[in-house]
Amino acid sequence: MSELIPYIDRERPDTGLTNAKLGIWLFIASEIMLFGAFFSSYIFLRVGAPDWKTFAYGLTDPAAIHAPAAHDDHTDHATENASTADTPAKALATPTHISSPLHASIPMATINTIVLITSSITMVMAWASLVLKQLGRFRLYMSATILLGLLFLCIKYTEYSAKLAHGLTPGMSPLMGMYWVMTGLHVVHVIGGLVVNLYLLIPGSRMWKTNPEQFTGRIEVAGLYWHFVDLVWIFLFPTLYLL
Amino acid sequence: MSDHDSHKLSFVQRYIFSQDHKVIGIQYAITALCFMFLGLVLMMLMRWQLAYPGADDPSIPIFGKLLKNALPGGKLTPELYNSLGAMHGTIMVFLGVVPLAVGAFGNYLVPLQVGAGDMAFPKLNMSSYWAFFIGGVVMLSSFLMPGGAANSGWTSYPPMADIAQGGLSAQFSTRLLSGQSFWLIGMVFLISSSLLGSINTIVTIIQLRVKGLTFMRLPFMVWAQLVTAFLLLLAFPPLEAAGLMQLADRLVGSNFFLPAGLVVTGEAVGRVGGGSPLLWQHLFWFLAHPEVYVLILPAMGIVAEIIANNTRKPLRGYKSMVYSILFLGFMSFIVWAHHMFLTDMGTVISAFFQTTTMIISIPSVVVITAMVLSLWGGSIRFTTPMLFALAFLPMFGIGGLTGLPLGLAATDVHLHDTYYVIGHFHYVVAPGTILALFGGIYYWFPKATGRKMSDVLGRIHFWPTLICLNVIFFPMFIQGMAGVSRRLFDGGATYTHAQPVMWTNKVMMMGAWTLALVQIPFIFNFFWSIRHGRKVGPNPWEATTLEWAAPSPPIPHGNFETPPVVYRDAYAYSQPGCAKDYLPQNEPEVG
Amino acid sequence: MSTESPEAFKKHIRGYILVFVALMILTGMTVWVSSWKVGVPIAVAIALVIACTKGALVATVFMHLKSEKPIIFYCLVLTLILLLSVLLLPVATALLTMTNNAG
Ligand code: HEM
Ligand SMILES: [Cu+2]
Repeated sequence: MSELIPYIDRERPDTGLTNAKLGIWLFIASEIMLFGAFFSSYIFLRVGAPDWKTFAYGLTDPAAIHAPAAHDDHTDHATENASTADTPAKALATPTHISSPLHASIPMATINTIVLITSSITMVMAWASLVLKQLGRFRLYMSATILLGLLFLCIKYTEYSAKLAHGLTPGMSPLMGMYWVMTGLHVVHVIGGLVVNLYLLIPGSRMWKTNPEQFTGRIEVAGLYWHFVDLVWIFLFPTLYLL
Repeated sequence: MSDHDSHKLSFVQRYIFSQDHKVIGIQYAITALCFMFLGLVLMMLMRWQLAYPGADDPSIPIFGKLLKNALPGGKLTPELYNSLGAMHGTIMVFLGVVPLAVGAFGNYLVPLQVGAGDMAFPKLNMSSYWAFFIGGVVMLSSFLMPGGAANSGWTSYPPMADIAQGGLSAQFSTRLLSGQSFWLIGMVFLISSSLLGSINTIVTIIQLRVKGLTFMRLPFMVWAQLVTAFLLLLAFPPLEAAGLMQLADRLVGSNFFLPAGLVVTGEAVGRVGGGSPLLWQHLFWFLAHPEVYVLILPAMGIVAEIIANNTRKPLRGYKSMVYSILFLGFMSFIVWAHHMFLTDMGTVISAFFQTTTMIISIPSVVVITAMVLSLWGGSIRFTTPMLFALAFLPMFGIGGLTGLPLGLAATDVHLHDTYYVIGHFHYVVAPGTILALFGGIYYWFPKATGRKMSDVLGRIHFWPTLICLNVIFFPMFIQGMAGVSRRLFDGGATYTHAQPVMWTNKVMMMGAWTLALVQIPFIFNFFWSIRHGRKVGPNPWEATTLEWAAPSPPIPHGNFETPPVVYRDAYAYSQPGCAKDYLPQNEPEVG
Repeated sequence: MSTESPEAFKKHIRGYILVFVALMILTGMTVWVSSWKVGVPIAVAIALVIACTKGALVATVFMHLKSEKPIIFYCLVLTLILLLSVLLLPVATALLTMTNNAG
């Protein structure tokens, strides 16, 4: 019997792709839609909020919660600022003189951005080392990628604990809700990537001896995923922390 | 000799955790059929309730006694009615029709029709099935939660869904162990399953086509599955996002879908708010409109195959059909807000979505017209699958045409949330898709088992099913136009304007119960024919596509004895100057 | 790409390092710009431009999109169009609704 499934370790001539390469790009496409929906929610809630302060800090006056709004218009929130900003244009134009509850984390988030971008370059170098047939350097770069990923998680952990210590929970405001789900989902993706990378570094690399082509392909695919996780962070960072 | 590869595999590897696309396809089929039967039973209970809403009316036969604890006095409680409604929709769409149309037919047929030995990623394929299975188990176990299964409709609209079943309780365990939370967790599994499955299908179609099988030679079924897979791949993630956000609202106290100052039954909901219920509707319908095409496209694919085979003619306008469904797939992403005309979207946006909705009905019409025209001048064989395929055409036609008044904002104002909407989509999905799926089962059964299902029993199944479906769903249009709302526990008994049409509730109930009864010939036929059906060769229908070039059943892990090579289009029937009236795709030109 | 000679391939590696440096600079820039006191629309515009530039660099160079096959390209273009639809249409409904109500 001829091979059961072709184009695992070599490219199909007319498409120029291996199965895994096409597969991972399709997966990334669906991930784009997943994170896209979160960004969409962020924009939708922010534009729909009466003003920046309610979006970022929620209703500060608990009494307002118990007084139903005068008209049952869902955009008309009963807040002290409602009168000054009942159109989205005004809400957008309001300068952010009230700083975001996330501004305190800018230094940490910036470091994390740097960490993640660095891990992207080590990842691409890991793959390049395999193309140049240097397994030793691959191991080095892959280990660096994993360590940087772990560092990212450690910093994130510190940031999360600080948030919780200050009572900045998901229920506080739409902004904090978005912050927790978006970064939370991103963290899940980082962990997933770390598991895959760890597998490829230790047990998976045995394949280098039996089928170096396929192994290089696997690293490339894992790399594409890892870069995507980096790419998501590149958009999360300004959206959540800076704006 | 045929399983020289699989003799090393244990029973568990071969039938339970199998990586063979055919076994996985059959696993999907059987699980989905069971779920569909369960969905039908739920609907029977609800229909009985609507026919006999009064306290003194007769109690539910059989089930009233069987489920004494859940049905006090042999009748549904309002809460249970809501749960059954939500779960009927969820089960039918996400655990029944999609797994059958995409999971089962897609899995079984796509590799065979492109001439491949298996799906591109067999392990992933197995995981999709098991993710689906876990999702199903989670959904079912939600019936056991305190407060019962999810009861906010299959659409799970917040704010109700956010706070239903203890969503605001102080106790984390109460919030977690509730029907609605389980619904959301189950959905996350089902969505992940569909995402993995769709990646597999697309890669299989693009990468594993055999030599000579160019895109324009693909059977229409494969095209339909390709477009479907793209819809699943790109439309499902936003619902996954929305599901996670609703779960966060329920479990960790965020307010994505809870507006500020929300008052429920006269009491303020003590939450900060700041969210928007409309956000859920957007994300939900961003999936759910493409989802309706996920429900219909594989059915169109099945029907096209059966029609081409049984008219003994090439499909008329194959290319225009392909371009139509590509266009339809794309457009289906930008029509979703026609489900939201009655929210305060504003007229500009309504005008936009009503225009795109009118445009999207064009490709459906093209496909249906092409199939009807294919009948013209054909020497039609009225086989059992063909009966189902022929019935599909007018039934889908009714479903599609009744969609137009819903797509126009002015008329939808009156029809929205009435039984008319229920009639509309059931005509597309039940007499439409489900008939096509039955047809597909009769058509490919010989491929999977090497035996044919009984034609006599097939006819005994077909005619009553067709009649019952119409008896159930046609009165819904009448009720809807009379203004009867959907989701009423008493079917409208307390409304004056509903009185003239209340009698139809009894008709629909009888239709529903009879429908269940007439599935018995099918169930019997299915199991009996596996062992005792008439034995047939690899190509009993004298068909042209590649699955018929494989033995029946195809070889485990590999399908074909030698990989086929394709020489021509998918439907070379009745070619001039040819002795047989069909030329299989893999047969080299003779003479 | 894997068929190229090691010498040619080393050029790619230089490219990766250049992109890495550019990404670092852009990260610094976006943080610095965010401390300016400008209106929200301008701040959003600047942040978006910088983020898109960084994203494009990662996608084209690290993820090799600049030499990728057409099929992948088509899939991504489709995805991006749909992404725009999910990003913009819901917001459009929110914006237009509210202007209606205000006016
Ligand atoms: C061919 C053109 C079609 C048009 C113009 C159309 C239009 C519509 C519209 C405007 C609604 C919303 C009605 C309302 O809630 O007031 C609707 C509901 C629905 N349609 Fe269609 N439709 C079409 C085809 C289909 C197809 C092919 C399917 C499924 C296979 C389908 C399934 C549904 C479902 C499930 C709902 C109701 C969802 C709910 O509210 O629970 N439709 N349709
Ligand atoms: Cu729709």
